[in-house]
Amino acid sequence: MYKFSKNDIDSLLKRICISQDVFVPVRNADKVNYALYNENSAVDLETLKTVKSGKDLFFPQSETLYTCRKDGKKISVEPQKLRDSRFVVFGMKACDVAGVEILDRVFLSEPVDTFYKARRDHGTIVSLVCSNPDSSCFCNAFEIDNTMPHGDVVLTQVGEDYYWETKSEKGDALTEEVRELLLPCEDDSAVKAEREKIKEINSMLPNMNISLKNWGEDENLEIFSSKNWEGLSSSCLACGTCTFVCPTCQCYDIKDYDTGHGIQRYRCWDSCMYSDFTMMAHGNNRTTQMQRYRQRFMHKLVYFPTNNNGVFSCVGCGRCVDLCPSGLNILKVIKKWEEK
Amino acid sequence: MLEMIKRAKELLSDNSVDRVIGWKRDESGFNPEISVFRTAEELELFVYDGFCSANMSKMLINETKKEGKVLAFLKPCDTYSMNQLLCEHRIDREKLYIIGVGCKGKLDQRKFASLKIKGILSVSGAGFDDKNEIVAFKTVYGERKVPYKELMLERCAVCKGKEHRIFDEIIGESEETAFEERFAQIESIERMSPEERYKFFRSELSKCIRCNACRNACPACSCRKCVFDSNNFDSSQKANVDSFEEKMFHIIRSFHVSGRCTDCGECSRVCPQGIPLHLFNRKFIKDINDFYGEYQAGETSDARGPLVSFETDDPEPYDNKGRA
Repeated sequence: MYKFSKNDIDSLLKRICISQDVFVPVRNADKVNYALYNENSAVDLETLKTVKSGKDLFFPQSETLYTCRKDGKKISVEPQKLRDSRFVVFGMKACDVAGVEILDRVFLSEPVDTFYKARRDHGTIVSLVCSNPDSSCFCNAFEIDNTMPHGDVVLTQVGEDYYWETKSEKGDALTEEVRELLLPCEDDSAVKAEREKIKEINSMLPNMNISLKNWGEDENLEIFSSKNWEGLSSSCLACGTCTFVCPTCQCYDIKDYDTGHGIQRYRCWDSCMYSDFTMMAHGNNRTTQMQRYRQRFMHKLVYFPTNNNGVFSCVGCGRCVDLCPSGLNILKVIKKWEEK
Repeated sequence: MLEMIKRAKELLSDNSVDRVIGWKRDESGFNPEISVFRTAEELELFVYDGFCSANMSKMLINETKKEGKVLAFLKPCDTYSMNQLLCEHRIDREKLYIIGVGCKGKLDQRKFASLKIKGILSVSGAGFDDKNEIVAFKTVYGERKVPYKELMLERCAVCKGKEHRIFDEIIGESEETAFEERFAQIESIERMSPEERYKFFRSELSKCIRCNACRNACPACSCRKCVFDSNNFDSSQKANVDSFEEKMFHIIRSFHVSGRCTDCGECSRVCPQGIPLHLFNRKFIKDINDFYGEYQAGETSDARGPLVSFETDDPEPYDNKGRA
């Protein structure tokens, strides 16, 4: 284990920048989101949750898949170059790293998504222990430990110091690059004490250990046919906020952009809340907002675990809880089935 | 609040209305949701407090399309949106019973993060029957007390007044909460150099994730099918494929609602990235006031706005080069 002072964050990020891109939570116009670091960036590692989760560093909101050019009667197809340079995502919390692992299950299983894989192969995740979880947090319910995030390097902030623990080969490589800025440290008692302190806060938070006993694989689809959905979805505005800030939502649409001399085929995030989601020639298989609303939660809490050995595709980050314009959220859905 | 529940129960039981649209309490104490209540039993979960900030007029477009009459509780500023929707024949007044409810300013739970209020266990002082001077939070990190005013939405800082513009009856007192000049922000942006202004809006709009929450919450955005939902578009309604599109979406939207926007502030309230979208709309309101005389959309339910009426002495605000 190593450590460095909070005041040296900038030097550390600058050092990493010499060899690769660094994406870090940056405050812009009063909101914190991941952005490419440069020396003018207003780095903000104190804010608990970035607005977007950081999943777009591996799965961007929109990306070109290939470009066609028309030249007279000749058409040429240019494949899109895949990510081939290394980069670091700095400061991801446990829930967001777990979110990337959910995306791995989707995009790295056959047929492998080469665009995603190239980014995963070249990305190093430096995660950060969550020192001040909020009342909308419920990662522990999904067996995600916010005091011990996954990632290639794990940082723990204790007072004015950050402790640096390497967890993988990629993490070793990054550690080598910045070693001159790190102080070796044998004593891990401060880190252990910090983790215990956070665990105690976790135990007091209202949703951290919410029960999921009614959820998971559901062969009979009893939940699907429940009358609860009508009431739960009645004030859904059909916007895409919950899906776009979600670390695990992975649906996308593929579209063509007319460049005037050909087309650019791109994909962009889609939202099951939108009325044209999975629109086909015959129309749409979900015709009401209740059905769309139900789909989102059935996918996260029933279908995904059914296909993934019981693993839920929610990581309990609570962004949808904080940001729904109508005060709807997954916690209300989960709890609805507790009422009898 | 109890009086509201009592009236709702009465109107349900004598069949004056078929259902009630209002706010439903939630466990957190600061995240109520708009809900439809059909029975006296369901109304036990009814709540009306400082956190009931959503403007429910828009919801009533769909709700009044269904069978039967609806009881809606509208705050003074919601009634402007309601009038505007009635002007545009989006809502059938016959299917609606409106109780105007008092309002002492509504709170913005998204301010919690910037005020570093976290790990909330309970909230007090924001109830409708409370004084609404101090909001007290019990959190896992200790207790916090914040002046009510400091937690209020931007829209309340420029409150249009405590009068309900349309109602069948009124319950509760309202207070005018305005403490800022409505066009002060606009004037300061007007004073910026074009470069500064561009930088300001670029910085704000670059955060946009095209979730469409602003559009979907906006009572003036009542088109059955939005032009941005067309599948014939080259670009998508779901992502800002380039930086031009980030701006285009919001600017087109504000042009489309100009003259009809009541300045209810829902767009800014719902934006997950905190983009001050109301600034676009308010600039249009200010310009329309300057060109055609003061006009407030939604003051009555039968007004003809300045952009849909013609007077022979209307100003021609553009010079022969097409500039204002």
